[in-house]
Amino acid sequence: MSRLRIAGILLGLAGFIVGSVPAFGQTQLNAAGATFPYPIYSKWFSEYHKKHPDIQINYQSIGSGGGIQQLLSRTVDFGASDGPMTDEQLKKSKIPILHFPTVLGAAVPSYNIPGVNAELNFSGETLANIYLGKITKWNDAAITRDNPGVKLPGTDIVVVHRSDGSGTTYIWTDFLSKVSPEWKSRVGHSTSVNWPVGLGGKGNEGVMGVVKQTPGAMGYVELIYAIQNHVPYGRVKNSTGIFVKADLKSVSEAAAGAATNMPADFRVSITNAPGKGAYPISSFTWLLIPEHFDNPQKGRIVVDFLKWMMVEGQQYTTSLAYAPLPKPVVAKEMKAVSKITF
Amino acid sequence: MNQVLAPTQRNEFPRLTAPTPWSTFSRFRRVRWGEFLTRSITFLSAAAILILTVALAWELYRASQLSIRQFGFKFITSSTWDPVAEDFGAITFIFGTLVTSAIALLLAVPIGLGAAICLAELAPRGLSSILTFIIELLAAVPSVIIGVIGVFVLVPFMREVGGPALKGALGFLPLFSGPNYGVGVLTAGVLLAMMVLPFIISVSREVLLAVPREQREASMALGATRWETTWHVAMVYARSGIFGSIFLALARALGETMAVTMVIGNTPQISASLFAPGYSMAAVIANEFSEATGDLYLNALIEIGLLLFVITMIINALARLMIWATVRKQSTVV
Repeated sequence: MSRLRIAGILLGLAGFIVGSVPAFGQTQLNAAGATFPYPIYSKWFSEYHKKHPDIQINYQSIGSGGGIQQLLSRTVDFGASDGPMTDEQLKKSKIPILHFPTVLGAAVPSYNIPGVNAELNFSGETLANIYLGKITKWNDAAITRDNPGVKLPGTDIVVVHRSDGSGTTYIWTDFLSKVSPEWKSRVGHSTSVNWPVGLGGKGNEGVMGVVKQTPGAMGYVELIYAIQNHVPYGRVKNSTGIFVKADLKSVSEAAAGAATNMPADFRVSITNAPGKGAYPISSFTWLLIPEHFDNPQKGRIVVDFLKWMMVEGQQYTTSLAYAPLPKPVVAKEMKAVSKITF
Repeated sequence: MNQVLAPTQRNEFPRLTAPTPWSTFSRFRRVRWGEFLTRSITFLSAAAILILTVALAWELYRASQLSIRQFGFKFITSSTWDPVAEDFGAITFIFGTLVTSAIALLLAVPIGLGAAICLAELAPRGLSSILTFIIELLAAVPSVIIGVIGVFVLVPFMREVGGPALKGALGFLPLFSGPNYGVGVLTAGVLLAMMVLPFIISVSREVLLAVPREQREASMALGATRWETTWHVAMVYARSGIFGSIFLALARALGETMAVTMVIGNTPQISASLFAPGYSMAAVIANEFSEATGDLYLNALIEIGLLLFVITMIINALARLMIWATVRKQSTVV
């Protein structure tokens, strides 16, 4: 009897370590990756657990880089990333990896100019030139041209950027690379870049802390952070020449605009997307799912979860300030789910 | 008869030199199991430290292979840090770490020793123990909280008051030139000084209190004043402990991450001005590690960790050497 019990405990322990717990009749999946979608993912996983009490999905928000690493070394069942995996990274995986967009994020320009309360307009080139250090004063002709009627002082612009590697930086620099050839060749886009000018703040709160405290400062923050903390931010000129303020609707529209020529693997940048109402500095965040699961039970759960996430799950997005997936993207992803085998 | 006496004899003449576990083992019949056990356990504990250190160094070295092979020695001298082009160099971070730590010690050592002398030698006992309690409390404040205080109090202070004052008085020096944003190398150094101060004060106070009463009495009897006694006798007697407290502080300053990254400005550059933003080794690892995707990028960050490890070792070795030299010199003089 006692020997049996010990064996049971050992089995349970082994199962717990491996990640599936047959002894307790529960299936555990492990995932890791991006921090930006963590609030919505944890909401989803907990709602999904309520619906299926026997399924537990653990998500560690260790960052996109860590998520990709862990997925490649197969220590997690699936990963999550704010930037799509590169061809080089995809080649390293024995099992092909599929990208599934889940929600959308955006980066917004925020600034602190004493005496100016208006919402400023920025064109892409202006933002690039500010971040290249070529526009150094707030009353530069490039800024005043886009902001008729606003009296801008001649103070220095103190440029602030993220110091930690982040999906927000990825979106921001991806947009600047698209609108400015000089940015593309000199700096490029990534989760961290070699900034030509500026101060680094850790996290959205670090950037905002410096912007709020420093007269003449400008920085970029995640849209969700700006909404939840009532941070004022400016409009950005989109590909049709209209200045658009970022909100959940204009971000979703950017995704819808990009949906028409979406590549089959969903590895697409939607910055500077077409569409009159589209906010240009928007991006998907992705779940990284292996195409084949050796454990059929896990495979079934992942497929079911993805379908649930794209339909029912999307209702939780707006209350957490994430922009939901537009319908055409959901339709395409539904088709892609069928590629998963187990 | 002999056998009966043997245990008492052993008790009367305890062995002064401790036998190794093995020699105890060889005389199996007289083994004292308790002693053998404690000796083995403590030996293993001591060995664990060595194993841990070696394993750490080896792992850092192993995991930074790609970067070491790619950049070689240039990694230490190059000032480029470009994750997009995958071109990495660490000199800006090394500079930031060393300069902020130097500023911290420059500020914290005189203040810390002054406070320790006051608490140990001059202040009334009651006041001294209250202050000591508060200082030890300060040492326990998590660094992220110190960082928050830095962001909301020290940074505005440096921008509005401290920086302009320094500029007014010493603005002709390149050290205090250029724009002052509030965040920067100087602010990080000042914040670090605040963080290491409690270590210097509480350890130095402890060692000053441990100076035997006879030492002081002898000095007083020779006609020395109270200050002369403190400075020439107590401080000299306690010097190795005081050095120890300073190196403990230095180690903390070199490795401090959160508080530094919150106020240093996180810009990899070497500037003559202390107002300019900089970057430290620990800060760049903490900032970029979680989102570093490329292999070479990850290796480069780990190599920075390895360099930090090596630099800490070198500085510690130099510190030991310095203690050894001063103690030897002074003991021949005294």
